[in-house]
Amino acid sequence: MKQTIFDLVSQDSDRTFALAVATIIDGPRSVVEIGRQILIGPQGEHAVDDRTESLGDPALDQAAHHAAATAIATFRPQRVGIGEGSERITIFVDVHPPRRTMVAVGGVHVAIPLLAFARTLGMRTIVVDPRTAFATRERFPDVDEILHQWPAEALSALGLSAGSYLATLSHDDKLDIPALAAALRSPARYIGALGSRKTHAKRVTALRELGFGDDDLARIHNPIGLPLGGRGAHEIAVSILAEIVAHDHAVRLTRVEAPHNEVPTSQ
Amino acid sequence: MHELLPGIRRWQAAGKRVALATVVDVWGSAPRPLGSKMAISDAGEIAGSVSGGCVEGAVATEAQDVLHSGVPKLLHYGVTREEAWAVGLACGGTIEVFVEPID
Repeated sequence: MKQTIFDLVSQDSDRTFALAVATIIDGPRSVVEIGRQILIGPQGEHAVDDRTESLGDPALDQAAHHAAATAIATFRPQRVGIGEGSERITIFVDVHPPRRTMVAVGGVHVAIPLLAFARTLGMRTIVVDPRTAFATRERFPDVDEILHQWPAEALSALGLSAGSYLATLSHDDKLDIPALAAALRSPARYIGALGSRKTHAKRVTALRELGFGDDDLARIHNPIGLPLGGRGAHEIAVSILAEIVAHDHAVRLTRVEAPHNEVPTSQ
Repeated sequence: MHELLPGIRRWQAAGKRVALATVVDVWGSAPRPLGSKMAISDAGEIAGSVSGGCVEGAVATEAQDVLHSGVPKLLHYGVTREEAWAVGLACGGTIEVFVEPID
């Protein structure tokens, strides 16, 4: 891999889109240069320097661009074979997604382990809460950014991308509803809302009044997290990240109901 | 790629050359998905993985060859009856790993 391409794909923190790298990995050496590669962006732009503009053949470039479009949309690498038998050429199209970012809206108790665990999973972490008593550096020593702003303002400045994961945790409609609205207007990869079904039904009504429809509202995960049964902040954080892992890998889980309502309130 | 970056940047800053190994095909019950990566320095340091630990040693050895020659390699690993005791995947899967220098 060319150092120039490596530098571009590895600078993933500020990037809001995926990049693809198409490499010739197999084929007759008399015809192709093994290891030759091109960088492809979301709009198909691919010039990094003169040497990387083409795989050396328009048909290979076309196949690479086609596969790259899929790789960029799905975040999944693609493998393409062109030709038959001893003439067969194989191109591997790798994808470098933007760095995943976990945004917690509400600097509440659950946000602390959620962002700590998200960081362990390699995500950039951000907490948004205009209430300066909640989102403090003391409570969130390792998060990448603490934004003491209202969610509408913070999320618009941040720019949610296909690499963004957002959880509203505040239980305060003044924070949660504008945050959900901003997330629904963005290509955010995951949107979760903490709160009971009853609380969420009220939010849904408010979001409908803002013009959101069924398809939009279906993007919101509520109840948030997989039903693992845990009630502690750390356990809820695990359940949210478990849901995110399943969502990332397009795993559809059959929802089993946790026995929340059967647990005595004293617990 | 993200988890490999601190290692790669540190090695490159120390003037070491680095090869990148990527899983480019998986068949059967391979332990790591397509696109999984491992970086190898010319001093033999490694970061990341391309399997559950079964073939990393062999890939690291091949990577030294790639760094020396500058020529990328496509490697195949899998368990067959004949090579069950050679380097392979205990899980019975087959993987293909592409090794290239970062230059």
